[in-house]
Amino acid sequence: MAPKNSKVTRNPNLIPGIGKYSRSQMYHKKGLWAIKAKNGGQFPHHEKKAKPETTSEKPPKFYPADDVKKPLVNKRKPKPTKLRTSITPGTVLIILTGRFKGKRVVFLKQLPSGLLLITGPFKINGVPLRRVNQSYVIATSTKVDISGVDVNKLDDKYFGKKAEKKKKKGEGEFFEAEKEDKNVLPQEKKDDQKLVDASLIQSIEAVPDLKAYLAARFSLKSGMKPHELVF
Amino acid sequence: MPFKRYVEIGRVALVNYGKEYGRLVVIVDVIDQNRALVDAPDMVRTQMNFKRLSLTDIKIDIKRIPKKKALIQAMQEADVQGKWEKSSWGRKLIVQKKRASLNDFDRFKLMLAKIKRGGLIRQELAKLKESAA
Repeated sequence: MAPKNSKVTRNPNLIPGIGKYSRSQMYHKKGLWAIKAKNGGQFPHHEKKAKPETTSEKPPKFYPADDVKKPLVNKRKPKPTKLRTSITPGTVLIILTGRFKGKRVVFLKQLPSGLLLITGPFKINGVPLRRVNQSYVIATSTKVDISGVDVNKLDDKYFGKKAEKKKKKGEGEFFEAEKEDKNVLPQEKKDDQKLVDASLIQSIEAVPDLKAYLAARFSLKSGMKPHELVF
Repeated sequence: MPFKRYVEIGRVALVNYGKEYGRLVVIVDVIDQNRALVDAPDMVRTQMNFKRLSLTDIKIDIKRIPKKKALIQAMQEADVQGKWEKSSWGRKLIVQKKRASLNDFDRFKLMLAKIKRGGLIRQELAKLKESAA
């Protein structure tokens, strides 16, 4: 069938709000008389569906004195931050802030919160699996082959702070009990680190000097102009 | 003391200011005391102030305002590009461009290479010192 290019209305507007044809003329044009005749003098209609019995609501205990304004409906869903086009999985990044500033690090993926998931690898430069903000990072044009790495189980919840169980306040044992279990990294996280780094380190060692490059820190030397440097 | 590079038809010059910075052009005509008509194989023929041009040693054999084809042919015969890239001025510019385009990883590799070279030189020097002593 040839596609219909424009939808033609049966009742064109003379002026917005006023159609060309009257109610009875439209009744004839739409063929409602034929539909009625086909259905034995009546319009075809469905029986109304019985409404399910709702338990009667109790009247509220409290009515506010003045009308309470309802906030407007907001259906916005925040998207993760737009990733710079220079940052792709496997890119070597230079971290600019924090205790790892200057370290060159491998980018794995962008997490749903918008933060970047990176790893040193840990054996090479001491940077563990970590989240980092895109704004505090310089993307270099060096890429590492990241195809052997599986990062599906790592997401924001993995890195979030664990909810602390509420401790009952004892008197004498106050100071001893608090000190014990703060600093231990769970073995599971260490294993995850080893797993992710295993294939990464192999692909890094395939490129000459790349391992030493990642182990070294970046710094500005005399004569280097950041706005003229190509990263 | 006397001048060696003259403004003449066929003189190859380097543009040192403006939109065409860094391009090799040929002077094809002189307009007045300050301006020349310049042309290059991949450029529309334009006028330029002499102050924007740095004259080179290279000169080609052309008539006044040649057609593009004739210009390109004359430049091929004189091997302007080759002479330029062999000249010390041309080689310096190539090195500058290469250095500016180095990646962070390239700069790291360069640093390693310099250290290695320095180490070798020092070894040889030490050997020479020993044999001289």
